[in-house]
Amino acid sequence: MFSLLVLVPFLILVAVNLSKKVAPNVACSLTALATLAQAGFVVSLPGTLLKTNNVIFTWLPDFKLAIDEFSIVVLAAIGIVAFVACCVARSTINDPGQRATFMNLLLVALIGMNTTVMLRDIFSIYLFVETIAIISFVLISIDRGRLALEGAFKYLMLSAFATILMLSSIALMLLFSPTLELSGLAEAMSVYPNPILIKLSIGLFLCGLFIKSGLFPFHWWLPDAYSAAHSAASVLLAGIITKVVGVYVLMRLSLSIFGESLHIQAMVMAVGALSIITGAVLAMTQKNFKRMLAYSSISQVGYIILATGVGTPFAFAAAAFHFFNHATFKSLLFVNAASVEKRLGTMDMREMGGLSNRMPATGITSLVGFLSTAGLPPFSGFWSKFMIVLALWAAGKYFYAAFALLASILTLGYMLILQRNVFFGKLKDGLGGVKEVGPGLVIPQLVLAAIIVLVGVCFPFVLNKFIFPVQSIFLK
Amino acid sequence: MMIDLILLSVLLIMVIWTVMAIRLVRSAVGLALTSVVLSILMFRLNASLAAVFELSVCAGLISVIFITTISFTRRMSKSDFKTRRRQRLSKFWPLPLIIIAAAILLFWRHFPSEVIFIRVPAENVRDVLWNTRHIDLFGQVLVLLAGAFGVVALFKENKK
Repeated sequence: MFSLLVLVPFLILVAVNLSKKVAPNVACSLTALATLAQAGFVVSLPGTLLKTNNVIFTWLPDFKLAIDEFSIVVLAAIGIVAFVACCVARSTINDPGQRATFMNLLLVALIGMNTTVMLRDIFSIYLFVETIAIISFVLISIDRGRLALEGAFKYLMLSAFATILMLSSIALMLLFSPTLELSGLAEAMSVYPNPILIKLSIGLFLCGLFIKSGLFPFHWWLPDAYSAAHSAASVLLAGIITKVVGVYVLMRLSLSIFGESLHIQAMVMAVGALSIITGAVLAMTQKNFKRMLAYSSISQVGYIILATGVGTPFAFAAAAFHFFNHATFKSLLFVNAASVEKRLGTMDMREMGGLSNRMPATGITSLVGFLSTAGLPPFSGFWSKFMIVLALWAAGKYFYAAFALLASILTLGYMLILQRNVFFGKLKDGLGGVKEVGPGLVIPQLVLAAIIVLVGVCFPFVLNKFIFPVQSIFLK
Repeated sequence: MMIDLILLSVLLIMVIWTVMAIRLVRSAVGLALTSVVLSILMFRLNASLAAVFELSVCAGLISVIFITTISFTRRMSKSDFKTRRRQRLSKFWPLPLIIIAAAILLFWRHFPSEVIFIRVPAENVRDVLWNTRHIDLFGQVLVLLAGAFGVVALFKENKK
């Protein structure tokens, strides 16, 4: 059954490319349906998973893929964000050929992401991460504008560097482990007498992942890439791709192979904390809507990394929860940005103001995204940040707990600047004729806003059904 | 061991040449030679299948594609060439020295003496490809698809 998560997108990809008669909109609808079905399917899973323990299934002989409670949270986020990206592409990419190409790229990215989440072999994970990276270069530069190509080139260069680091790390791992499966690797590490070689290999792989995640000090490619990419590509990149190739892999490795190393934990927490502060401070200085959101992403991903570094089951569950929440509220804010760009043709916040009056759905949903990002109750972002602070406090990391709490004030600050400049206040001269965007963009905004509100309001249910079960992975 | 060290040194020189060369053709040739040396190293490590792939695809096919593409471009004028060379050298002259120093420090002084190698019994290449690691083959198929869609997205001209 789980194989369908890979097989269905693959079959859609083959079907829409084999027949020239398939219109881009049909491909778009099929992909949207598949992604929605994916989100629905994985969300209905946890009860059975708890009974059957860590589900390992085979697709073809020895095609080992596995699903656990953490995978479910990530797969649900992938389904939701990919669905939203489909809707945004349908509304914002006018050229049918370009829309068809975007759908193909999205499908390959979807297959790559789903497979990455279910893999338990470090080399295979690396290979699929690279596949998604290739898709990302193309997605960023699909408009072929100067800025888009520059953003893609920066990502390409840094990503190549990350590749070198990750491959070197894998080569070092092969010196002390006969296998690259995560469980075998952890076993080999526990008995190998040279800790320096182990730490060097983990450190190199982590640096590669920090680059892929756009974390401090490797963050400078990310604002260029997100802001220059097409709106639909921005949603996909900021919402899920960067998170799967960087953050998810880092969390998976922390769970499987380096979770107990105090030095590595300290390094991961420091990088997380520095990313939080750097992203937030730089976001405050931005004049471009999408660039501000990109810096905000760096800061919010910092929270996930900070919680991952703690190494306790509760902190890991909190990180997984913030992973999902960030995927939804950041996608929502990028769809808001896409709507504003569609109507105004610019992302310069100095040319905006009072848009809530003219674009009520976009204005209200952006408020939901803003409040969730800032961590205000009762929205989903509040609960995950609250859990992160609690986890830090419970683990005795009082400095980091206070730091995470205070950094929320900065988040509130830059999100207020964004809201004031774009949606609140008096309508800017010349914007009197601006109208709300069509249902193609309003529907995904409403869907995401509803998820954020529902997850926040029904927090006890979400916590018991999806988030607390993530802790059980530690016991397995 | 000595032959391997010589080969690794040659590899390093080829890599530096590839990166530092001003003319694209020389860079492409440097890359092809890098692949050839790498293939020899792979043969010596008993990774014959990987060596054959490296030699045929990287040193052969990719070099042909590179050189064919470069043949469509305009040749750089002599004055441009001199300016570029001066600029490149003034910016990147420490790079080869850093790489060579790092290589000496890392590999010749410390590395081999501290490492205990885990010996893995050699497996049948066909077994590895089709049974143990065939998910990687699926990954390769995806990489090819990603490349193909990338080419369409970036190089196909709009009819309008």
